[in-house]
Amino acid sequence: MTTTPRPVLVSDTADDTSSAPLAVRGLTVSYGDKPAVFSVDATFVPGSMTAIIGPNGAGKSTMLKAVLGVIPRVSGETTIFGAPLGSERERVAYVPQRASVDWDFPTTALDVVMMGLYRKVGLLGRFRRDDRAQARACLARVGMEDFADRQIGQLSGGQQQRVFLARALAQDADLYVLDEPFAGVDAATERAIIEVLKDLQARGKTVIAVHHDLATVRDYFDHVFLMNVRKIAEGPVDQAFTTDTLHATYGGRLEATHLDQLELVGA
Amino acid sequence: MQAFWDALTLNAGYNAALVTLGAAMLGFAAGTSGTFLFLRKRALVSDAVAHATLPGVGLAFLIMVALGGDGRNLMGLLAGSAMTAWLGLLTVEWMARRTRLGEDTAIGAVLSVFFGIGVVLLTVIQSLGQGRQAGLEDFLLGSTAGMLFEDAVVIAIGGALAVAATFVLRRPMTLVAFDPGYAAASGVDVRRIDLAMMGLVMAVTVVGLKIVGLILIVAMLIIPPVTARFWTEQSDRVIWYAGALGGIAGYLGAVLSASAPALPTGPIIVLVSAALFTLSLLFAPARGVLAAVLRHRQFQRRVHRRQGLLALAHDEPIREVYTLRLLRRDGYVRGDGVATDAGRAQAAKIARDERRWDIAREVHQDAGLTGRYDGLTPIEQVFTPDEIAEFDRLIGGPRQVEEV
Repeated sequence: MTTTPRPVLVSDTADDTSSAPLAVRGLTVSYGDKPAVFSVDATFVPGSMTAIIGPNGAGKSTMLKAVLGVIPRVSGETTIFGAPLGSERERVAYVPQRASVDWDFPTTALDVVMMGLYRKVGLLGRFRRDDRAQARACLARVGMEDFADRQIGQLSGGQQQRVFLARALAQDADLYVLDEPFAGVDAATERAIIEVLKDLQARGKTVIAVHHDLATVRDYFDHVFLMNVRKIAEGPVDQAFTTDTLHATYGGRLEATHLDQLELVGA
Repeated sequence: MQAFWDALTLNAGYNAALVTLGAAMLGFAAGTSGTFLFLRKRALVSDAVAHATLPGVGLAFLIMVALGGDGRNLMGLLAGSAMTAWLGLLTVEWMARRTRLGEDTAIGAVLSVFFGIGVVLLTVIQSLGQGRQAGLEDFLLGSTAGMLFEDAVVIAIGGALAVAATFVLRRPMTLVAFDPGYAAASGVDVRRIDLAMMGLVMAVTVVGLKIVGLILIVAMLIIPPVTARFWTEQSDRVIWYAGALGGIAGYLGAVLSASAPALPTGPIIVLVSAALFTLSLLFAPARGVLAAVLRHRQFQRRVHRRQGLLALAHDEPIREVYTLRLLRRDGYVRGDGVATDAGRAQAAKIARDERRWDIAREVHQDAGLTGRYDGLTPIEQVFTPDEIAEFDRLIGGPRQVEEV
C-alpha cells in the first residue's frame, strides 16, 4: 500500500466517495430510543485535517465510535477508502477519549505503544528488536521517550494523551481518528500533538479529530464538519466555518462575543 | 514436623502426593486464567459461574442414574456442571446487556437462583434413598480423600488447556481489559473475548470442583493475580506471577493439610494464598502499604524541611516542633532555634530557587513546564542551566545573605 502526498482539495467534495478515507451515508446511532446521531452523511477528504465540531451531546464521539464499530448503529453505511471497515481496518488508527481507560492497569507507556503493533505481530508472534525500536521511535515523536517505563497512571493527563497518540502512530495507518485529543492537556502537549498531526498530513495521511476550542480551529484544521445530532455543514474551513453554520450548530449556546474573535467569513 | 517434610517432599503416600501435585497444577491454571478476570474487574462473575455448577452436578447424576449408569462418573458430573455454569454465565451476560439491571444485580440473581436449584436437586437425590449419592456434597467445599489418578489427569489436561488459551489470547484480553474502545476499533470482538475469558474461568472452575469445591474456587482465581499485581507493572508478568503464586499456594496448602489430621485441603489452600496476599499487601516494594507509609513520611519531611528553610530565609519564627526537630537534626539550626551557617546558606539557596520559579512562571506561561512547580521540585530538574541563567539575569544581582 503506497500513499502519495496529495494537495488539500479546496473545492467541495461531497461527490467523490469512492476513494474517500472515510465516507458515511445515513448513519443513525441511538442510546435507547433517542438518536444521538441522526441520518448523517459525511465525506472526508484525502490528506485533509478535519475538525468535528458541535456542542456537548451533539453526537461527535458517538459518530466516530459507530463508524469504527465500537458501538452498534441503527442504520447507515460507512466505507474506509471505498471498502467496508473490516477489510481496511489496519489503515485506521483510533485515539479514544482518555477517560475510557483503566489508569491503574499494569502497563507502561512503552507497552501501550506496543499495543499498536498487536495487529501486525498477530496472536502468537513475538516482538522483535526492531518492533521495540519502532515503538520507542513513536514515543520519541511525541516527546515521551524518557517515560517509556513509567506505569501509565503515573503520567500527567497530557503525557497520557501523547502516549495514546504514539500508539496510533505505531499502527502506521493512513487515517487517524482522534476523539478530543486536546481535552484537558497542557499547552506544551497541545503543541506537540498538533505538530505530529501536521506532520502526518504532510505525509499524505488524513486526520479527523473531535475538537472543542473554536478559537484554534482555523490554526489547526483545514476542513470542518459541524454537527448537532444531524449534520449542519461540512467543507473547507473558509466555506463551512461561518457565523451562520456556527449559529445553526450551537443555537443560542454560543456567546456572540466569542464569534467576534474567530475571524469568520460573513461575520 | 516430620509429617510436614514428608508431605513437602511428596513422601507422605500416594494419595497425598497426587493431591499435592493436582492442587499445584490447579493453582497455576487458576492463577493465570484468573488474571484477566481481575484486570477486567469482573471477579464476581466467576462466583456466579461457580455457584451455577451445582444444578449441573445434580442433573447429571439423575440423568446418569436414569440411564442405568453409575451416577458418580466424574466426567459425567463435570460435563453437567459445565453446562449449567455456561448457562449461568450467559444469563449474567444477557441480563447485564439487555435489561436495565446492572451486572452486580445479575450476579446476585444468577448466583442465588442457580445455587438454590442445585441444593434442591441434591436434597431430592438424597431422598431417593439409593445410597449412591454419597459424595455429591463434596462439590461444595471439595474433598481430596478419594482422589484418583484420573482426577489428577483431568486437572492436568484441563489446566494445561486453560493456561495455553490464556497465553494465546493474552493480547486481545489485554486490549479489552485496558481500553475496550480501542480494542473494538482495532477489530477485536470485545463480547467474544469476554466470553472466552469467562469460558476459561469456567473450565478451571469445573476442573477444580473436586479439590476445592465451588464455594472456594473463586479465591484461587482471584487472590493470586491480585497478589501478583503488587509486584509488577506489566500485565504479561502478572499472568505468570499469578500462576506461580497460585501453584505455590496449591502445593503448600495441600502439604499442610496432609501433614496434620483433619485439615481440609481447599480451605487451607485458600488460607495460604491469603497469607501470600497479606505479605504482598504489606511489604511489596512500590505498591505495598509499608512502602506507601515510608513514601508519605519522606514527603512530609521534604515539605517540613523546605517550609522551615523558607521561614529561616524570611526571618520568620518556626513554630512547628517537627520542623524544628528536622532542621536541628540536619544541623541547620542550633538547639536554641537559631540558624547555623549551614542553615543560612541552605535557606538562601532555597529562597533563590523560589525566586527563580517566580520568574519562570512569568517567562513561561506554558503550563507544561511551570505546571511542575509543586513547592518541592528543585528548578534544576525542570529547566536547563541556560534557562536558569536567564532567570537569574532577570532577577538581578545576587542577594545578600542577611545576618541573623
